[in-house]
Amino acid sequence: MEYFVQQLVNGLTLGSIYGLIAIGYTMVYGIIGMINFAHGDIFMIGSFIALIVFLFLVSIFASINVVLFLLIMMIVAMLLTSLWNWTIEKVAYRPLRGSFRLAPLITAIGMSIALSNFVQVTQGPRNKPIPPMISTVYNVFGISISAKQIVIVVVTAVLLTIFWYLVNKTSLGRAQRACEQDRKMAALLGIDVDRTISITFIMGASLAAVAGTLYLMYYGVVVFSDGFVPGVKAFTAAVLGGIGSIPGAVLGGLLIGFIEGMWSAYFSIDYKDVAAFSILAIVLIFLPSGILGRPEVEKV
Amino acid sequence: MTAISQDRPANTSLVQRGIREALYAGAISFGMFFLLIGIKTDQNIRNELILVPRWGLLAVVIALVMAGRFLMVVWLHPYLEARKLQKAKAPVVAHAEKSAFVRHWTKIAIGALILYPVVIVLLVGFQGSLKWVDNFGIQILIYVMLAWGLNIVVGLAGLLDLGYVAFYAVGAYCYALLGTEFGWSFWILLPAAGAMAAFWGVILGFPVLRLRGDYLAIVTLAFGEIIRLVLINWREVTNGTAGVSGIPKVTFFGLFDFDVSSPYYIAKVFDIAQSGAYYKIFLYYLALALALLTAFVTIRLRRLPVGRAWEALREDEIACRSLGINTTNTKLTAFAIGAMFGGFAGAFFAARQGFVSPESFIFLESAIILAIVVLGGMGSLTGIAIAALVMIGGTEILRELHFLKAVFGEGFTPELYRMLLFGSAMVIVMIWKPRGFVGSREPTAFLHERKAVSSSFTKEGHG
Repeated sequence: MEYFVQQLVNGLTLGSIYGLIAIGYTMVYGIIGMINFAHGDIFMIGSFIALIVFLFLVSIFASINVVLFLLIMMIVAMLLTSLWNWTIEKVAYRPLRGSFRLAPLITAIGMSIALSNFVQVTQGPRNKPIPPMISTVYNVFGISISAKQIVIVVVTAVLLTIFWYLVNKTSLGRAQRACEQDRKMAALLGIDVDRTISITFIMGASLAAVAGTLYLMYYGVVVFSDGFVPGVKAFTAAVLGGIGSIPGAVLGGLLIGFIEGMWSAYFSIDYKDVAAFSILAIVLIFLPSGILGRPEVEKV
Repeated sequence: MTAISQDRPANTSLVQRGIREALYAGAISFGMFFLLIGIKTDQNIRNELILVPRWGLLAVVIALVMAGRFLMVVWLHPYLEARKLQKAKAPVVAHAEKSAFVRHWTKIAIGALILYPVVIVLLVGFQGSLKWVDNFGIQILIYVMLAWGLNIVVGLAGLLDLGYVAFYAVGAYCYALLGTEFGWSFWILLPAAGAMAAFWGVILGFPVLRLRGDYLAIVTLAFGEIIRLVLINWREVTNGTAGVSGIPKVTFFGLFDFDVSSPYYIAKVFDIAQSGAYYKIFLYYLALALALLTAFVTIRLRRLPVGRAWEALREDEIACRSLGINTTNTKLTAFAIGAMFGGFAGAFFAARQGFVSPESFIFLESAIILAIVVLGGMGSLTGIAIAALVMIGGTEILRELHFLKAVFGEGFTPELYRMLLFGSAMVIVMIWKPRGFVGSREPTAFLHERKAVSSSFTKEGHG
């Protein structure tokens, strides 16, 4: 039983990171109907920015002040990653808005290849390890919970609350939801659709940047190709939860985290990704639009 | 940015606007690049990461971005606007007589492809031809073959498949494992690899029948990853990441072969000088034959009921079903036949490399093949071949640009920038031609006379 709860905690940690990335996928999909393949690489860029900020801070301050460091890393990563995603949206996706469906998908894949290779060229192909930031481990009823895991879960919960408030209670969120339902009608009612879409990309990138910072802190290492696997997992999470649905993205992220944790604990660690992908396929056979997704009704 | 600049009063001159936009772009690129280009993370002797500033490089990159933006505003945009106006003014020529080159261009292209190795051998000799026939000829033909195979699924049936490389892997491992274990010939295993891949195509097809759009995309992607992960982890059979080596070479229908130690080695049979180029040239023609077979089958299938059903499915699934077309069978055949050609290409790839490992079947390959299909114009065989030539040939040629070393210094390796440029080229080509190189379609069913349909009227399907 303790072993099970232990795995539950590990799954929750991993799932929080996936959930944060998945929100970026699901929001962009909801608003412009495009799979933003470059989102995983945006997460990786966020992680690299956090890495550079961390090294910079270490070289200035003598001792590591965890809370201050994490806060600065997150804020800088959020700002710069948002700038990246905002620019990418303007340069690569906006000219293709209203074009046929596969065109933005291909530019997104091209962007993803370009971004990861850009980081490879500028920062080198090696792994980038950092010294552990937090190493405290608490022991609660026989379950060991590290302080890192607590930080990840708490940060995710706080961010999701802010995010939930933004989407559901502010005029900005109302504009976003309106654009999601009917972009043309929203434009007729005076909503600046382009601006709303830009803000959606910025919000997605900020959450991905936080996920990148947490990922760097949790694993202590980052490499230029790190965008792909978490990106695909998060995308899987978004689809599993029902793409376009924000609670679905979080739920899907947690589910994928649990599946991975449980599978590697009880079966084989080699096949944990196979398990996650297979469960996605099985769920979609029975629920073709994900767990919380609205079934798409095509009007003739 | 363009939207803002259009609202400006007309009296600000173009150059002024260009300078303003350039400053704007410079500020943005400074924000994006000052950490990622301006500072490099390096490892010191104690394996700790240290920061190395590179402000010079940062300044150069930002200056380039600003210059590029300035030229775009001052020169490129007015030029494109003027050309658009000119095009709109020009009278529409009703029935321009096509030149002989356009009418016979398929034959000319095939003729050129057949003569290509001969010309290369005459120009640079047998030894020098290796690189050109292998890296350019065979490499591009493999991608043409794969893209034409995927075109059946994506271009004709309109089903978005992000895991096509799985079938390529199935074909390659089918030949690699059966060829090395049992010593069976390529000519027996080629159809076997195709059949095996088609079988897996149906296996994938079943669960995704009800899925549409992006749900389909993610499940096909997941399928591709599952196949790759199984190849990595099922070490008893596939030898894991180490891969399978010593895959037998293709023989010339058993008459003679290309293995130096064999008594039927081509040089011994014909009593000529030994050279590795014979095998490469033979493989080139084999790849060409397989690619032409794919094209031929695709062209003929489009005229069969099943091909018409695919295209109907792409245009409108509901209408298709109301007309009594069995969409289940239609989708499954599309997956199976597309996968079969992927399997052929895989078997050929294994024979050419003599070695396969899961490294060759990553998602990036699927993405490249899909990009070629879309850049080529989805459904147009000619367009896809052009796209493969431009994208694959273009990145291969980067390896050959040794003169760049003279410009950027001895340490400059163009290969490093290969994928960066490939990704950027995908973005630029897509923005420049969102419908691909050849966007128009030639319908197979028509009234009185065949007319090319403009790309803006064709659909890309929901599946």
